[in-house]
Amino acid sequence: MHIHAYEKLWLAASILLILLLIGSVTYGAVGPGVAMVTDSEQPIDAQALDEDDRFSEPRVEQVGDNEYAAYVVAYQFGFEPTPIVVPENSTVTFYITSRDVIHGFEVAGTNANTMVVPGEVSQITVETDDRQEYGLICNEYCGAGHHVMEGKVNVVSQAEFDDRNDGGDDA
Amino acid sequence: MSDAIEAEQSFVDKFPQEARVVRAALLSSFFALTLGAVFGIVQTLHRTDVARIIPSTDYYTVLTAHGVFMVISFTIFFLVGLFTWAVTRSLDRPLIDIRITWTWYAIMAVGMTMTGVSILAGFFPALDMSADVLFTFYAPLQAHPMFYAGLAVFIVGSWIAGADWFRTFLAWKRDHPDERIPLQTFMVLTTMAMWYIASSAVAASVLIFLLPWSLGFIDQVNPTLTRTLFWFFGHPVVYFWLMPAYLLWYTVLPKIAGGRLFSDPLARVVFVLFLLLSTPVGIHHQYLDPGIAEGFKFISMTNTMFLLLPSLLTAFTVVASVEYGARQRGGTGLLGWLTDLPWRDPAFTGMMLAGLMFAAGGFSGMVNAGMNINYMIHNTIWVPGHFHLTVGTAVALTFMAATYWIWPQISNKPIYSRSIGLFQVVVWFIGMALMSNAMHAQGIMGVPRRTAEPEYSGFEYATMFGGFEELNVQIAIGGTLLFVSTVLFIGNLVLTMGNPKVSGLAESLPPALSGPNDAPKVLDSLRLWVGIALTLVVLAYALPLAAIINRGGLLGPGVGTYPAWIAPTLDALAAAVTPLVGAIGKVAASLVGVIL
Repeated sequence: MHIHAYEKLWLAASILLILLLIGSVTYGAVGPGVAMVTDSEQPIDAQALDEDDRFSEPRVEQVGDNEYAAYVVAYQFGFEPTPIVVPENSTVTFYITSRDVIHGFEVAGTNANTMVVPGEVSQITVETDDRQEYGLICNEYCGAGHHVMEGKVNVVSQAEFDDRNDGGDDA
Repeated sequence: MSDAIEAEQSFVDKFPQEARVVRAALLSSFFALTLGAVFGIVQTLHRTDVARIIPSTDYYTVLTAHGVFMVISFTIFFLVGLFTWAVTRSLDRPLIDIRITWTWYAIMAVGMTMTGVSILAGFFPALDMSADVLFTFYAPLQAHPMFYAGLAVFIVGSWIAGADWFRTFLAWKRDHPDERIPLQTFMVLTTMAMWYIASSAVAASVLIFLLPWSLGFIDQVNPTLTRTLFWFFGHPVVYFWLMPAYLLWYTVLPKIAGGRLFSDPLARVVFVLFLLLSTPVGIHHQYLDPGIAEGFKFISMTNTMFLLLPSLLTAFTVVASVEYGARQRGGTGLLGWLTDLPWRDPAFTGMMLAGLMFAAGGFSGMVNAGMNINYMIHNTIWVPGHFHLTVGTAVALTFMAATYWIWPQISNKPIYSRSIGLFQVVVWFIGMALMSNAMHAQGIMGVPRRTAEPEYSGFEYATMFGGFEELNVQIAIGGTLLFVSTVLFIGNLVLTMGNPKVSGLAESLPPALSGPNDAPKVLDSLRLWVGIALTLVVLAYALPLAAIINRGGLLGPGVGTYPAWIAPTLDALAAAVTPLVGAIGKVAASLVGVIL
């Protein structure tokens, strides 16, 4: 088969581009450590979340030194807890599930973003920055009221976070 | 000497029956385009809060209609028309039996009507029928059974269409045992082989799970399983939209440019690569799905990146072919030849602008495919920004541009106004440039896709590349231009259909510079390629599907139904049947009384 010299050059450059793209994704995973949402969590009965330790009472709790876990339930049409309050400059792992249909969980303007599928628990870990209020959006169509489904993720000072929790407010 | 004076026969002169089918398919396609455009403008103005003429809850009916009519009806009806033309033309023989051809056309039309009616019924609450599930119909959101049944019927129609072309090819092969498969037929056959593999999954999802579920035969489905089966089909279907455009770029565009295709063998290589790589990549739509292991996502990502190769090769071949055409027309210089191209021809300019936008769409696609940066834009309006460049322009604009070239040959009617045609394709390009660019920008800000009201009460989007509101204005203007462009296209075509028939509209397609005999014979071995394609699909999907079923069960763990269709349907049925049963009982009782 005859292939023009320029075309060979183009072919080589194309393959190089493809390898660079695969390389950049691989680097993102092993270098900065961008982990994928994966199958690490066990499946869950979406219609029996009331009986589940983590999701019967959606909340944020401290699980280690400056490490927090946020258990979030998405439903038609909202998120619990709301707002989700987490301390600044900490590591927060979100565990998110749905009690009805497929939803999205997106902290607007950040890369905290995952699908929420009934029967599964999505796990994403983020590092919070300084104090800020973020919008929380369902980014997958979930029914006629999809556009009203919103929440907040409030990154607050450590003191405020402790105050809220000591005050009996479990958010 | 009368032979020499008579004009060359056009497609419709040679194959009048096939030409009728092609026209019918194209008109069905454009009918869907018209409906899709109406819903498109309603949606654009609603989303951007310029004019909200419908309640926001109806937005999702509009969105479902826009999506399904555009990417299923418009694209696939055009495809079956174009492929019928391409097979007949390149084999230079009629189809085996035109009744079979009309049969699949009718089946597809009936299927799409069923699905379309079930969607549009959503506007009328009294009808107790709706399918507000969008193009992706993710369970456990449920549509009326007719939505799923119509899709299944439509897909079966497309399978018979493929069989029709394969049988016609085999008949040709018996008469021409030693010839290479003509290029256009080769493109049709490889595309259809890919389609059989890809659509089998969505057919299985619909027939085994979603349709029985919507009819109440099973209580629940596994949302991850049906979602994965959807994307098994959902990625290759984008190549099903794109391959007719590629066929036109490879075989028609070089001719319009005044030249010929650069390389026939490489065109074959590209179509074989699409057959091999289109399907084992669907999981890249599920990078952010829980319940699917990271490793499967990584494999899908690498396959996806290699899928760039055939498109990059296409960019080279198409540009080289066009440059060759320009130089044949007297073009010179490193870039000076660009001025020697037929820019006043709407078919040429439309296809070139479509190709240019496809390059931009390719780059935003690389971002989507990049597993980790995908977090930034997943399910944001960036994604529709991306696919309005690919299917919404590379495909749609190529189809419209090609219509200016092909319609005269299948009808013997010259285009009503080529100037309006030229204006129309340029307006599409400008409209899409505005709309798509602003959608990409909003996506990076985190503005979600698929929502009636992207403004929220609790927070404001950060400002980048202009604020949210300013980008909304761009989207609204862009969407309006696209609507105007569609109206011009349809109007021009309708006026064309009113033109008197003339002769002399025939166009021939020249052979490639480097012809099929330069291509290794193995390229024509469709069995081999289908075998490898199936192997790759099994490698990419066997383990993920097994894992998904293992986790969630074949029929899902404790997942409900939203909304439940069957309960009210059954209630109505019961209400209708109960008095009937009572009446029959009375009749039976009186009969018994009479007899005794």
